Amino acid sequence: MDVTTILLLLLVGSIATFFAGDKWASKIALLFSLGALGLSLYLLNLLNQGTNISFAGEWIANPKVALAFKADGLSMAMVLLTTALTPLIVFSSFGNSFNNSKNFYALILFMAFAMTGTFLAADGLLYYVFWELALIPIYFIALIWGNGDAEERKKAVVKFFIYTLGGSLFMLIAFAYLYSKAGSFLLEDLYKLDLTATEECWIFFAFFLAYAIKIPIIPFHTWQANVYQKAPTVGTMLLSGIMLKMGLYSVIRWQLPIAPSAAKCWMPVLIGLSIAGVIYGSIVALRQKDLKKLLAYSSLAHVGLIAAGCYTLTLDGLSGAVSQMIAHGFVIVGLFFAAEVIFRRYETRTIADLGGIRSQTPKFTSMFMILVLASVALPGTFNFVGEFTVLYSLSQANIWFAVLGGTTIILGAYYMLKMFQDVMLGETNTKVFADVTANEAITFIVIIAFLLFFGLYPKPIVDLVTPSLKEILEVINK
Amino acid sequence: MQTLIAIVALGVFCLIAETLNFRKLMVPVTIIGLLGILGITLNLWSIDPSIDEKYISMIAVDKFSNAFSSLFIVLTIFLVALSGDFYKEHQTKLSDFISIKVFLLAGAVGMVSFTNLSMFFLGIEVLSISLYILAASRRLDVKSNEAGMKYFLLGSFASGILLFGICLIYGATGYFDINEIHDLSSGLGLPIWFPIGITLVIIGMLFKIAAAPFHFWAPDVYEGSPSMTTATMSTLAKVVAMAALYKLLSGMTSSLTPTFEMVIVVVSILSMTIGNIMALRQDNVKRMLAFSGISHAGFMLMAILSLSTAATTLLYYTAAYALAGIASFAVIIYVTRNKDNEATANFNGLGKTNPLLAAVLTASLLSMAGIPIFSGFFAKFMLFTDTIKAGYLFLVIVGVINSIISVGYYFKLILAMYTKEASEQKQTVPFVYYFVAVVAILLNIALGVYPSLATNLLN
Repeated sequence: MDVTTILLLLLVGSIATFFAGDKWASKIALLFSLGALGLSLYLLNLLNQGTNISFAGEWIANPKVALAFKADGLSMAMVLLTTALTPLIVFSSFGNSFNNSKNFYALILFMAFAMTGTFLAADGLLYYVFWELALIPIYFIALIWGNGDAEERKKAVVKFFIYTLGGSLFMLIAFAYLYSKAGSFLLEDLYKLDLTATEECWIFFAFFLAYAIKIPIIPFHTWQANVYQKAPTVGTMLLSGIMLKMGLYSVIRWQLPIAPSAAKCWMPVLIGLSIAGVIYGSIVALRQKDLKKLLAYSSLAHVGLIAAGCYTLTLDGLSGAVSQMIAHGFVIVGLFFAAEVIFRRYETRTIADLGGIRSQTPKFTSMFMILVLASVALPGTFNFVGEFTVLYSLSQANIWFAVLGGTTIILGAYYMLKMFQDVMLGETNTKVFADVTANEAITFIVIIAFLLFFGLYPKPIVDLVTPSLKEILEVINK
Repeated sequence: MQTLIAIVALGVFCLIAETLNFRKLMVPVTIIGLLGILGITLNLWSIDPSIDEKYISMIAVDKFSNAFSSLFIVLTIFLVALSGDFYKEHQTKLSDFISIKVFLLAGAVGMVSFTNLSMFFLGIEVLSISLYILAASRRLDVKSNEAGMKYFLLGSFASGILLFGICLIYGATGYFDINEIHDLSSGLGLPIWFPIGITLVIIGMLFKIAAAPFHFWAPDVYEGSPSMTTATMSTLAKVVAMAALYKLLSGMTSSLTPTFEMVIVVVSILSMTIGNIMALRQDNVKRMLAFSGISHAGFMLMAILSLSTAATTLLYYTAAYALAGIASFAVIIYVTRNKDNEATANFNGLGKTNPLLAAVLTASLLSMAGIPIFSGFFAKFMLFTDTIKAGYLFLVIVGVINSIISVGYYFKLILAMYTKEASEQKQTVPFVYYFVAVVAILLNIALGVYPSLATNLLN
């Protein structure tokens, strides 16, 4: 039993969903994604017992590309994030109806397949293939099932595609160059490679372009807010919950260990850029009129902090970043779902049109409130663990980084609570707002339970990822 | 040699079949014949690559020629399969069109298996003349006439240059045989007209593959010709010319001089950039694909830079490109067959009216843009790896930037299919369009998922 089974299950699920027909598609998709979750939990169990669940096989003889999947704590944590969020995202969409839903759900599962592959691949080219493959489904999901004016949506989505494809093609050049040096794409061979300082620098920045666009780090973020707003909520959840974690994960797995001295040399600049994203995102979020756009910019701010944590090159920074990746994945999915719940009832996301919902819906209000508090990293939530560890590691690098990065909590609290106040509180709205349905409540409860549980007891996740992060740090500091 | 004889025999048979009133079975019989020839070609695989003395050293059957001939035969099978429906209003001429396609294939096979420059010239003329006829084959249509005339005038001019180049090479070395020329070219003391001759040959071939700055004929000819001919030109003919150029250069010289390499780099950059930028502005799909073909010619020219090792890469790239081209043309021919133009607007809403064909067209465009899992990605990737090894990182960066640009116009068509409303109802589609489109794209994806299928052939 190895990790390829998860990939196969998701791929088969995608095909089965497509052939299930429009009526059954959503249920089949849910079934398969839950199956993938169960399977990855089982494999996690095997991994903890010390079983080897990695996979290595031949793929292409010339150029030498291996079908290698490496499952360690870090990649399993990311796979679990994907397989846990996918059923949640599928389930959250049960309240909506989509044209051609068989294509829609098949694309979601296919995207989960590609993202899982990205997290597992241990061969550069294989990794690149999965990385690009994840782009196709989200392109169609955002394009076909998105909302808003069709022309504007087209522009936003094509811009997103060209941006990300462009960035990744430079990563492809880096891989081709590394291959001409190492004669193999295997992760361990690339780790062993001795490069000159100039080469490392170029390779580092070729990778950086791909990741900075995906994460996004300013000034490569311009695609983000528009796509988040225009995509259907499911697409936004996939993008913000999982896909941008691909960029962060890749920084830890590929960029830093392959070009460590460049990372050390450019550390202040990289952390500076990431933190600039924190402040910029927070300030722009303050002025947003659209709920989804506000959440997009808040995501930009949080992700900037995670990237800063990665670039500190310390164990605290990395493990805090991974915790925060998982926490942010859950909380942002929850928040976008809350926006969707509101949209289902009021058909608007403009903050000015909302307000006065609280008195009508006690359940929804309290769940939304918890998510908002988790998002601003209130102690007791998992987000606090992640953000605090990252800030601690930043303070060790330079106290000013921590001070500036800390504004994410202050500014975050300000714009999130202001948003909550504008959306939920105030005089009772004249329009009726039905409280959450059972399905919606389940989605919220699962997310909240996860965040609170690991907020109080983060040890399992930290223990899971620490050994593999230590391994990576060894390569970086060799 | 057997391949070539069999193909010519099949062509003659197609002509005779007309007199026997055999028209209805024409397409299936030709396809079966071509499949048989494919079998013969594959059967020759294990035979030693030796020059067959019986044919006065004109033809050499080796892995290179076998692999490319097989690819050409497969492409011709697809093209012949589409012909049945495409020419159904010209039933009386069906056998002419099909036999011309088969003769075209004979020229193509000659162009990759020659050992003698005169054989090569015969091959290219057979191929070109067939294409001139096909371009002008809609004789009552002014545009088709224009296309045929333009192609003929410019093409024969290029043939003249090519022939002149061959003469100069002969004058310099005293041989038409490429092996002898190869031996002589590595020594010193060749007169100045040897490099001039090679330059002229390259120019002639660059015209045939429509590389900038010899590309001006392509958009007009592609647009004016009947779609079926455009499909042949942009897939089969381009791939043949590229393979022949590679074979010519690798056969005659062991390594290019830096000056020649510089010329290739410049032509490659020009073709990619001009092709892509012009394609962005096109509204006619055939014209757009013409410019995209120009940019692909620029990409393929990169293979010339690693002359001794790039045969595999070139085979893979041409297969990926041609299969994607066939799949997209199957859809384009179907969509535009009752229309008087090929504007992008004709594709509006295809995603709703015919999801399968829309998916195939999307897949083939993604392959041409170089998105993974489609073989276009690996093709570009292998090309980039080779070029980096040859020391032209700069060229690769230009190639990457061009790949990004190309997404812009490929996606224009995808957007039209999925975001615009359809103007007409769903029509029934003859089975053959589905068959060709789906099989071609599946072959393309199979090559992408398992590249060793093609890359191991030449080792």
